[in-house]
Amino acid sequence: MKRYSAFAIAREAVRYHQGWERAWASPVPKKEYDVIIVGAGGHGLATAFYLGKNFGITNVAIIEKGWLGGGNTGRNTTIIRSNYLQDPSAAIYEKARSLYETMSQDLNYNVMFSPRGVMMLAQTEHEVRGYKRTAHANALQGVKTEFITPGKVKYLCPIIEVNGPRFPVLGALWQARGGTARHDAVAWGYARACSDMGMDIIQQCEVTGITQAKGQVTGVETSKGAIKCKKLAMVVAGHCGVLAEKAGFRLPVESVALQALVSEPIKPCMDVVVMANTVHGYMSQSDKGEMVIGGGTDGFNNYTQRGSFHHIEETVRALVETFPMISRLKMLRQWGGIVDVTGDRSPILSKTPLGNCFINCGWGTGGFKAIPGSGWAMAETIAKGEPGALAAPFGLDRFKEGRFIDESVAAGVAH
Amino acid sequence: MLLLTCPNCGVEADETELSAGGQAHLKRFAAGSSDDEFESYLFHRSNAKGVHFERWRHSYGCGKWFLAARDTNTLEVFGTYPAQTPEPPKDLIAAIKKKRPDWKGFAK
Ligand SMILES: Cc1cc2nc3c(=O)[nH]c(=O)nc-3n(C[C@H](O)[C@H](O)[C@H](O)COP(=O)(O)OP(=O)(O)OC[C@H]3O[C@@H](n4cnc5c(N)ncnc54)[C@H](O)[C@@H]3O)c2cc1C
Ligand SMILES: [Zn+2]
Repeated sequence: MKRYSAFAIAREAVRYHQGWERAWASPVPKKEYDVIIVGAGGHGLATAFYLGKNFGITNVAIIEKGWLGGGNTGRNTTIIRSNYLQDPSAAIYEKARSLYETMSQDLNYNVMFSPRGVMMLAQTEHEVRGYKRTAHANALQGVKTEFITPGKVKYLCPIIEVNGPRFPVLGALWQARGGTARHDAVAWGYARACSDMGMDIIQQCEVTGITQAKGQVTGVETSKGAIKCKKLAMVVAGHCGVLAEKAGFRLPVESVALQALVSEPIKPCMDVVVMANTVHGYMSQSDKGEMVIGGGTDGFNNYTQRGSFHHIEETVRALVETFPMISRLKMLRQWGGIVDVTGDRSPILSKTPLGNCFINCGWGTGGFKAIPGSGWAMAETIAKGEPGALAAPFGLDRFKEGRFIDESVAAGVAH
Repeated sequence: MLLLTCPNCGVEADETELSAGGQAHLKRFAAGSSDDEFESYLFHRSNAKGVHFERWRHSYGCGKWFLAARDTNTLEVFGTYPAQTPEPPKDLIAAIKKKRPDWKGFAK
């Protein structure tokens, strides 16, 4: 793989950009792999990357039914933060956030990580207490966050109406080192690095069955034929229930639609990410100037990648109340993704009832921020056959034991 | 917009009037059940892509619960029926089978 650099741009400039190579190969599947990962979203690709980087396992295939990064990874609003409440969450999300800081260098691919700061508004007494509690918890966890005053909120983001009629801003939980990154670039960067390590990324190939013998997976049936494997990892987000059914077990997960929308581009007017959980909406401004907007999930099980119109209405209403100046903006695009939601709003990184099969799902509305940390922890689980310290609390056994990692407060709004 | 006819009051309600209540026909397990049974009653869901039986509440209408059969992949509604029905009605199952020949049938 040729490295991307300022020198490479200069070199290609003088030869009419004829020398750029394809970022990743599109190989024909081999008969057998050491590890097959189903799902080439951020989590599947990061898992493959760390299998190679941390454990030297490179006889790996990543199988994707559509195109890589075409699932939730390419559909999300890219908020990155690690100010969760519970210790296991803080550990894995903070690991991920810190890996984002050096991701562009590690992958030699510009993922445009922008630690511009994430602000979660407190607009009720209850929220003030909740976020103060989170700030204290974060201090103990070594995650730098702070509870800030309405004055500081206005200073950091002048376009917020802090004296709104229904829910005046009473303060905010502020994580200065949170931010955003380019979602496609994260998937593309990992894909390029995985391909460079000799891994096979097989797109347009749906896994339709999971072949088993004696409680172990022996391979997968796909739309491009049967492929054998020694270990299998399912990393398919919203479709985890569908795949688990094929493997013969059920998951504590339900899949619902989550939507996002962007406005027409305008001049720079906010350089932080703002989340308003009480009124239920959040917004940031992309580098192109569009306002990137998200809100809540639909209440019912759904696989249509669309979502209901009234949710857009609710989200936009919430944001016009919070940012009155956007009231006359035109919305350009809207889309949806199918998110995999667990009862405690925490993900699943786990062994399964099948000995050599592992699952990573349940990231729901907030797993973009976790991609590198999740890949790191999942690779360890697959390589060693047992979860390490980061993944262990997120096993499926927690539902039997009632040992929940309750993040319904930290994840009160979808993000 | 999703429209469901409430079998309690007969109103064809759109989704803003309704609240989704998750998978229907779950078999309840309580004191005396095994850990596995209790876990699966509380948490494991079919999460089907396709035919799905589910609970709904006509929250901003008559306030009552009812059940519905719906395709989660197309949003087609096959029918609604009273909450007191222990298993999906036979004629509804037959109607779904007709529309979805590949469907494996109702499973708890
Ligand atoms: C609108 C929206 C906004 C969001 N905003 C944020 C945010 O601001 N911050 C944040 O942290 N998170 C956010 N999220 C959540 C985040 O996008 C997801 O948690 C994360 O991208 C999940 O990544 P993944 O790799 O697990 O799944 P995906 O990217 O969905 O990848 C799974 C892949 O598996 C493939 N697949 C499925 N079934 C099969 C099969 N049978 N065979 C082969 N391949 C298969 C799919 O095609 C898909 O490409 C948002 C999500 C949405 C929808
Ligand atoms: Zn009614």
